[in-house]
Amino acid sequence: MSALAFDALNVFLLACLVVTGLAIARLRGLFAVAMLSGIYSLLSASVFVLLDAVDVAFTEAAVGAGMTTVLFLATFGLTRSREHAAPHQKRVPALLVAVACGGVLLVALSDMPPFGAADTPVQTDPITERYVETTHEEVGIPNMVTTLLASYRGFDTLGEVVVVFTAGIAVLMLLGRCSRERAEDES
Amino acid sequence: MILAHYNYWVVVLLMMIGLYTVMAHGNLVKKLLGLSMFQTSVFLMFISLGKIEGGTAPILAGEGAVYSNPLPHVLILTAIVVGVATTAVGLALVVRIHEAYHTIEEHEAVKQEQRESGQA
Amino acid sequence: MRALQQEHVVLRVIAKMLVPMILLFALYVQFHGDYGPGGGFQAGVIFASGIILYALVFGLSAARQVLPPPVVRRLAPLGVLLYAGVGVFSLLSDRAFLDYSAIDPEHPSHGQHLGILLVELGVGITVASVMLMLFYSFAGRGRR
Repeated sequence: MSALAFDALNVFLLACLVVTGLAIARLRGLFAVAMLSGIYSLLSASVFVLLDAVDVAFTEAAVGAGMTTVLFLATFGLTRSREHAAPHQKRVPALLVAVACGGVLLVALSDMPPFGAADTPVQTDPITERYVETTHEEVGIPNMVTTLLASYRGFDTLGEVVVVFTAGIAVLMLLGRCSRERAEDES
Repeated sequence: MILAHYNYWVVVLLMMIGLYTVMAHGNLVKKLLGLSMFQTSVFLMFISLGKIEGGTAPILAGEGAVYSNPLPHVLILTAIVVGVATTAVGLALVVRIHEAYHTIEEHEAVKQEQRESGQA
Repeated sequence: MRALQQEHVVLRVIAKMLVPMILLFALYVQFHGDYGPGGGFQAGVIFASGIILYALVFGLSAARQVLPPPVVRRLAPLGVLLYAGVGVFSLLSDRAFLDYSAIDPEHPSHGQHLGILLVELGVGITVASVMLMLFYSFAGRGRR
């Protein structure tokens, strides 16, 4: 892909992402918001493909379009799907805090290395070199993300799997039927 | 040049939108959506940091290929799945709050709480 | 939900064709993750969404007959145990925790391949069953 095409796509997709984000923040109908969040996930998945993170894009597409939307819709089924107007006195302080945080970060941005440069600390760190250069001899699996995920950083991933498992248990405790009700059902 | 930092600008913008949604909206589901938008902005930042201009996806492609950094991909990949699991815990809490207060608006629940403590 | 089951013939026929393909694709993503994009996390979510599609079209009780919640509840820790078990195995063979070369000491890269396959399988089982557990909990809450 030519550099110009890349930049154009990048600018376009990220602009769409911001617009969708604004729409999510503005709309009151929560069904529409849930659908928009699916679109938001799909757009960010496209951006991830553009930035060479195919595995991440795959996950984001599967999770964002499949799981998250279904979970939100199930929640609306159990609660309600319309947002009431929030009290106005909260909006101005919230906007001030958000703008202040964003302003600080924008000032700090000028110190960031330019996007896509090959000589940033992220790319020249010895550990990156170690991972990228030696996976072929040590493991020999073409997909480096899988190698890193399961082998080099296997302990990390074990922790993540335990977190997912714990979250599942937590939801089961919150929404699963408690033992007394089950006993009543059976008797 | 603007394009050199364009991705990071968008990251900061999305973060601001997310933060504003969490703080300004009283609706608990909307708060969770704002939180996940904030989360996505962090994902985008990590992935942008790993990109090399002219690089390819980190799947071995023969001699001389330049790969984008796979390490941020690994970190974000797991974070996305953990993110949906934790969002589900948040939504489960919202469902329980709705069962207890019959509302998913923060200020209405707080008002009910105050009324009850006033009576007692 | 019942109206959906009786009226939307197109939806039901298409879903019946799609569900096996989604499940097959999940297995492909799971075991082809070494060579292309994919792996346990993606495969788990895709597998769960295949079952969720089935539940949305044919009703929750039909899906519960295919994969009963008690089975799902037992599968979730099984994946974590498979993952940790590979680590314990390498500990027992005098290597570092999760050093897959221990599985096949003469050909370390074979051991790595097998270890990554097993670990990803553990991830896939846990993620798929936790996602289904979440869906069953949310969808089952409304019907008492």
